[in-house]
Amino acid sequence: MDFLNAIILLLNYIFVPALAYGSQLALGAIFVTLIYGILRFANFATGDMMSFGTMFAILFTWYFQSIGISLGVLPTALLAIPFAIIFMIGYMLLIDKFVFKYYRVNKSPPVQLAMVSIGVMFVTQAVVRIIIGPSDRRFFDGEKFIIKAGEFKEMTGLNEGLAIKSTQVLTIIVTLILVSTLFWFLNKTKTGKSMRAYSDNEDLALLSGIDPKKIVMITWIIAGILATIGGALYGLDKSFKPFTYFNNMLPIFAAAIVGGIGNPFGAFLGGYVIAFSEILLTYAYRKFFMYVLPESMEPGGLVQLLSTDYKFAVSFSILVIVLLYRPSGIFKGKVL
Amino acid sequence: MRKNLNVIAAYSIMMGLIILVGIFQSWNIALSIFNLCLISAVMTMGANIQWGYAGLINFGIMGYTALGGLAAVLISVNPVQEAWSAGGSNILFSLFLIIGMVLVVRYVLKKYEKSKTRTYIIATIIILGIIIIRFVSEPGIEAIEEIEPAKTGFLGGLGLPIIFSWIVGALFAGGLAFVIGKVALGLRADYLAIATLLISEIVIAIIKHEDWLTRGVKNVIGLKRPAPYEVNLQQTDWFINLVEKFNSSKLNLISDFAERQAALNQFVIEGSSIFVKLCYSGLFLVVVIILLILTQKALYSPWGRMMRAIRDNEEAANAMGKNVVKQHLLIFVLGSAIVGIAGAMLVTQDGLFTPGSYRPMRYTFLIWVMVIVGGSGNNFGAILGGFAVWFLWIEAAPIGLYLVNLTTAGLDDTHALKVHLIESVPYFRFLMMGIGLLLIMRYRPKGILPEKIEIK
Repeated sequence: MDFLNAIILLLNYIFVPALAYGSQLALGAIFVTLIYGILRFANFATGDMMSFGTMFAILFTWYFQSIGISLGVLPTALLAIPFAIIFMIGYMLLIDKFVFKYYRVNKSPPVQLAMVSIGVMFVTQAVVRIIIGPSDRRFFDGEKFIIKAGEFKEMTGLNEGLAIKSTQVLTIIVTLILVSTLFWFLNKTKTGKSMRAYSDNEDLALLSGIDPKKIVMITWIIAGILATIGGALYGLDKSFKPFTYFNNMLPIFAAAIVGGIGNPFGAFLGGYVIAFSEILLTYAYRKFFMYVLPESMEPGGLVQLLSTDYKFAVSFSILVIVLLYRPSGIFKGKVL
Repeated sequence: MRKNLNVIAAYSIMMGLIILVGIFQSWNIALSIFNLCLISAVMTMGANIQWGYAGLINFGIMGYTALGGLAAVLISVNPVQEAWSAGGSNILFSLFLIIGMVLVVRYVLKKYEKSKTRTYIIATIIILGIIIIRFVSEPGIEAIEEIEPAKTGFLGGLGLPIIFSWIVGALFAGGLAFVIGKVALGLRADYLAIATLLISEIVIAIIKHEDWLTRGVKNVIGLKRPAPYEVNLQQTDWFINLVEKFNSSKLNLISDFAERQAALNQFVIEGSSIFVKLCYSGLFLVVVIILLILTQKALYSPWGRMMRAIRDNEEAANAMGKNVVKQHLLIFVLGSAIVGIAGAMLVTQDGLFTPGSYRPMRYTFLIWVMVIVGGSGNNFGAILGGFAVWFLWIEAAPIGLYLVNLTTAGLDDTHALKVHLIESVPYFRFLMMGIGLLLIMRYRPKGILPEKIEIK
């Protein structure tokens, strides 16, 4: 019985939250890695692009709520996301046309493109804050929990409760659907294959008749979809605040590099690596050991490896270690 | 003279703008903008050495700035005796342990060939070391943080004049840069950018949460000053006389004695804060000029030529027998040390250390905008960038307000759109920075004052 309790405890405080957080990071990391692989620069505007898409999702949610449309138990935001994606893709293509295209055509070094993306970051951040403001926004509606901690306790008779939020399940399901569609697209369709070819060797791809304009456009479209959905899911699960989104850029970068930048599957797994290590290393295991160990050996302290203040620092340290020992990432991305 | 015309013109325009602020807003605002411009100029010089001379991207500027600020605290605050006696020995012992751990790791690295076993041994040493250090330091840290948490709760500093911290800040930042450089300089440009950005976040996390050292988010306030205090100035005779002399024409117009005295008081209060700011300006100006002379000398020296050679073609420079790795490390340390000076100067001016205020937008990306806009590789350009961008950063809100009022002139004052726009005026500065950066990158990629190498 105690052993079961211990497992439920870990499920409730580590496994489920880390899985949801990891999915959100994974979507962002695939976004970074796609831009890096095909457009060949580190996009510092990642976090703000995600907040831009989320902003439209929120605006549409508010609009639907005001005219009385809802999805019942599901959040209205799900209905708003497709419309937000359209606006987001428009914005992405607009930025590409007026900003990034010039440097791509001139074959500027990647560093210059990264600097340009900082300019885009400033502008996007300003636009988001001017339109929706810098404060915390919650736009979740519908049923909040799938299983509540109390109900779970009653059902099973255990001491520990397991609470699963509907947003967590939603995040995981949507991520899985989206990522498997993306991999199917990249591996099975002709356009996807030409994208991978372009990422692998630009000159060879151009020689074999692949249209670079089309590749770039499709990349931005996929990136827009990923950024909007990833951002909206994060906002539904936690809350929307432009500053947090900007900060999320850092663990997302860490996930992309840990997984091997330029490699979408690596980025997907990298998201979970970062999320799990952040939560595993900063969780206080005292209660877990109280269940597992006999009473005489109960630990005195919190049994916490690192205080939760260092949550971000954990993922960055992992990144530094990976960069040192395996610069191409765990799953072999582009070699530095 | 002719060839420097654009430099002189650009600086005159900049000075003219600051003087205009003095005339139209107030001299107090103008001087505080000027002081922060000078500090920004020091930061941009640091970043410019790395990027302009050597082509190294360093997105960790925030971390070095914060370390410089930490130096100001550790140098100037008086030591907290109770805290030292409560937990000082534990902390010192942990410090020895850390040094011992580093030495052991170095020994293992030197003694054994590179192999998997060596990696595992080092990992074990580090993990064991961290656990032992936590065990030793925990009681000490708790004891220190318990001593008057509302007022102290940390070890304090050395109690020296704060001006020394400018040098110590440089040493701190340089030391950190040495470690980061050893680890990360082998990476390609954009990876280096990401790695330094993340490492600077780790530095901030440590400064924020190690309360025994820095007081963390509880902030350290009331630091010592290198300049006189306003309150003391207002009671000094020579200062009152000086203010009287300055404003004699205005004061002579007032015939009534009591009224004249009141007016004089007002002038003295205003004058004292301007005087203090002028003191800071003088100090900062000295730093900027010294650094400018040194960096200019370095730029035109054989060493500067070698750095440019390395920047423009690493392989060729390597083939000519230049030690690229060593020079990169050197310039990384030098540039970061300069940023550390700026960090200490900033805290000195503010008189308080607030770890929570260090954010990458303001301390990393804004500095980069300054370097790019001003002109990378050109010290005068970098300083001008610091001035121009900081000026715009501060004056963006009034300009934005003016623009909003202009464009929505036809709307009613209570119109929802107008109210919303006026509320979001502070964010126009991000918009201006972004558009400014994008325009400069596109149409003048070398900056306002581009790099110009004369062969003498």
